[in-house]
Amino acid sequence: MKPETLEKNLEPKTTEIKKPLKDSLKTAFKLSLPVMAGYIFIGCAFGIFLTSKGYSPLWAFLMSLTVYAGAMQFVTVELLVSPFSALNAAVMTLTVNARHLFYGISMLKKYRGTGKFKPYLIFSLTDETYAILSTEKVPEGENKGRLYFLVSVFNHLYWLIGSTLGAVFGSTLSIDLKGLDFSMTALFIVVFIEQWKSAEKHLPALTGVCASLLCLLIFGSKNFIIPSMVLIIIILLAAKNLNEGGEKK
Amino acid sequence: MKNTEALCVVAIVALVTALLRFLPFILFRSEEKTPKTIKYLGKVLPFAATGMLVVYCFKSVTPLAYPYALPELIAAAAVVVLHLIKRNTLFSIAGGTLVYMLLVNLVFV
Repeated sequence: MKPETLEKNLEPKTTEIKKPLKDSLKTAFKLSLPVMAGYIFIGCAFGIFLTSKGYSPLWAFLMSLTVYAGAMQFVTVELLVSPFSALNAAVMTLTVNARHLFYGISMLKKYRGTGKFKPYLIFSLTDETYAILSTEKVPEGENKGRLYFLVSVFNHLYWLIGSTLGAVFGSTLSIDLKGLDFSMTALFIVVFIEQWKSAEKHLPALTGVCASLLCLLIFGSKNFIIPSMVLIIIILLAAKNLNEGGEKK
Repeated sequence: MKNTEALCVVAIVALVTALLRFLPFILFRSEEKTPKTIKYLGKVLPFAATGMLVVYCFKSVTPLAYPYALPELIAAAAVVVLHLIKRNTLFSIAGGTLVYMLLVNLVFV
């Protein structure tokens, strides 16, 4: 038997070693904790905003279930109070959510071999879920697909709970939690530091920050994401060619 | 807007968002057929994407007008310092958020 086929035969067995579901739930819950407060709070704010425009809590639930993209859902509320335009809705979504293409390309390898969980994993790949899972190393004996799935479900649940609560209780929620949404920024900063420490080269991280800052200054806060993505890809590809040119010598 | 129109808008937003999320996985389904360039981008993009995401969070700050982005910068510095000292994700996030909430509610009102 060729060593190659041997390896292929062994592969499924190693992924079959499963920890009990209870352990996976615990691990996934711990991983999702950094997102909990932020999602419930921002979800709440979304629910309050949507119902203030005359839509029932059912709409908040429906949108958080099917769209499940924070910033875009706020934009959708603006779309709902403007004159109907299918084209405008599609273009706005493309503009606001184009960054998800980056997360997809980044997670191609990680999400391989996640089997039946894969469609939901891709559907629920938000900024925050991406941030958590991109740095996560799966513990030994843990089923990768199932663990990622559980983390994704926890996050989605926080978002659903937050937006529904906000929509139902709306203005009666009197607690002032101004600034709690900073927890999402803090999460991304932490992930940035962790990635920085794990990386051999810092050019990609620096490119991400500098190119986006530059585009933010030039194009303004509403239009800078797509130019940033283009500039990042150009720089990273140019850097690749430089590296390869250097290696050949 | 009529309910049917609103439902249409939500459906479009949901579908386009899902399309953007699924597209890379549909295009590059098999590992062998994935172009080298995409594999390379898959390796380096996570770092760049997180950098972009951090900038995205600060897009609405006003460095030239009150409060001169100070709450955000101070709280972000707090997150970095806390994380470099303890390297505990939850602790860094909770600490930084607390600093930010104190700043925007009590200091820079």
